[in-house]
Amino acid sequence: MSRAASGSAVLDDRAGEARLILAGDWTLAHHAMLLRQVEALRARIDARVKVDAGELGSLDTAGAALLLRLLGSDRVRTLVDSDSGLSDGRWALLAAVDGAMAERSVPPAPRKGSAIGDVLAHVGEAVAVFGRHAVDLLGFVGLTLSAMLRVGVRPTRWRLTSLVANLEQTGLYAVPIVALLTFLVGAVVAFLGATVLADFGASVFTVNLVAFSFLREFGVLLTAILVAGRTASAYTAQIGSMRANEEVDAIRALGLDPVELLVLPRMWALLLALPMLTFIAMISGILGGMLVCVFSLGIPVSMFLSIIANDVGVSHFIVGMAKAPVFAFLIALIGCMEGFKVSGSAQSVGEHTTSSVVQSIFVVIVVNAIAALICMEMGW
Amino acid sequence: MSFKHPLDECFVRLKDVHFAYGERSILQGIDLSVRRGQVVAIMGGSGSGKTTLLRLIGGQLRASQGEVRVAGSELSRLGRNDMYALRRRMGMLFQFGALFTDMSVFDNVAFPLREHTDLPPEVIRDLVLMKLDAVGLRGAGKLMPSELSGGMARRVALARAVALDPMLIMYDEPFAGLDPISLGVVGQLIRRLNDALGASSILVTHDVHESLAIVDYVYFVSDGRIAAEGTPDEIRASRDPFVHQFVHAEIDGPVPFHYPAEPIGQALLGSSG
Repeated sequence: MSRAASGSAVLDDRAGEARLILAGDWTLAHHAMLLRQVEALRARIDARVKVDAGELGSLDTAGAALLLRLLGSDRVRTLVDSDSGLSDGRWALLAAVDGAMAERSVPPAPRKGSAIGDVLAHVGEAVAVFGRHAVDLLGFVGLTLSAMLRVGVRPTRWRLTSLVANLEQTGLYAVPIVALLTFLVGAVVAFLGATVLADFGASVFTVNLVAFSFLREFGVLLTAILVAGRTASAYTAQIGSMRANEEVDAIRALGLDPVELLVLPRMWALLLALPMLTFIAMISGILGGMLVCVFSLGIPVSMFLSIIANDVGVSHFIVGMAKAPVFAFLIALIGCMEGFKVSGSAQSVGEHTTSSVVQSIFVVIVVNAIAALICMEMGW
Repeated sequence: MSFKHPLDECFVRLKDVHFAYGERSILQGIDLSVRRGQVVAIMGGSGSGKTTLLRLIGGQLRASQGEVRVAGSELSRLGRNDMYALRRRMGMLFQFGALFTDMSVFDNVAFPLREHTDLPPEVIRDLVLMKLDAVGLRGAGKLMPSELSGGMARRVALARAVALDPMLIMYDEPFAGLDPISLGVVGQLIRRLNDALGASSILVTHDVHESLAIVDYVYFVSDGRIAAEGTPDEIRASRDPFVHQFVHAEIDGPVPFHYPAEPIGQALLGSSG
């Protein structure tokens, strides 16, 4: 083999007829230099020019593309028959590159439909997905309730160990974060109230604002959203990785019901944990508000407490607490259901974890809004 | 009527079984039977429906047509409780073991015993140690699944699958990803456990040589049908082109090397070439 030499293309028209002499390595390394030569020669190449590729060194796809650019694809096709000195292998490479380039140059088929149609199609798709999720969730609720009834009548099949372990994870370990966040939000709500109500000379009603909002709404809503992010995702990831690992199949193969084994303890754990966390959230939110009232508005602690005792009915506390088990049930079930939907891969675990957090927060906020409407209409 | 020895009767019998995932047809008319005491291999290329077949026998999927009988009962007629009861008499070994990752080896093997029996802890302990001893891992009871090698995990899963002394043991790709030593160990264990328990075993695998060494009968599945069947000796001597290609790992044959495509000249030259 000759030493690696930069490729060249020379047009020789001394002997009466024009001859294009291709020599050296037509490879990616010499692409820039070859491109300049190709651009300079292109205009002078016509059908009568004879091609002599006898001195051609290496040829790669980049070089082949340049040759095609220089000669045009029709000319390259005739090269195999002529005495150009091009070997069959080289010719096959040229033909393959030509085919690939021809494919690329085909203009994409004009898209059918209009932009508005696309938007409508997307909307329709989204609604259909939403409907499917709703049906899935209802089906899973039914499955869980029937398992609950079956197991409920047989205390020997209650899984207390699993329940306690899950309770520790979802309840106990969530206390610091729930308490801290609701404390801060309580303080912020008090600041807001103080600012707005000061204009009316009614700063003292900040106490009512904090107490009402945390007992009725914020205590349970903030806790539910935190738990949705913390626990729904954990449930999905736990069950999802078990599914990816075929452990769920193994449970079935051992003649056991995965819903009974995996879903029920998690659901009961959250059903117990969320009301307790909600209670903590209410207390700590009101504490945060109280701190602001004491230091910023000069309302003494005793007055703060007596206003709550006199003005705020226990019904608000009951409304807030009543929502907690409902949220807990929905969050736990969405988390578990998405876990069961995982199919095989680690990527799928990630997708369904995201989906379970989004869905459970969505459901919590929607159900809370509906509950607020009902409570308002009923005057509770 | 002739007298039938109980060992001769079929423990698993599939008759003209069809199965489809939605529109996609997976199995088209499978006939297959496994006698008591037999170790039967189901072989075939990837995606030929072998695992689906196993799931049908395990009752995790339901045939869209045809009959699946296990231990004399037709699976599609079984209610939920009978199905769970039947599954307790079947052991299943999953491809990568599917051990419960948050339990120790001992607890994994003890799990089916604790779930399905009311035995006192000492008895369960003895049983688990016996099962672990049978797979040579009595000393590994305290390890967690993440500390095991692939072959060890497979053996623990085998101990768990036979914990309840099943009548039928099913193996999904028991040899996948094992080194030659572990492969031989698992292969011998499958045979020994089957004979010791007097059970029947079904292996889904594409490891030809290891499985031909231990099984009694082989079914080849291709395109959702039984392409060939026979004893290992018949299979080795088979002139059937599919079996020959499979056993000798030939590149081209009834299973083509090339995915269907237009002729290469046409592809390279475009339509005008």
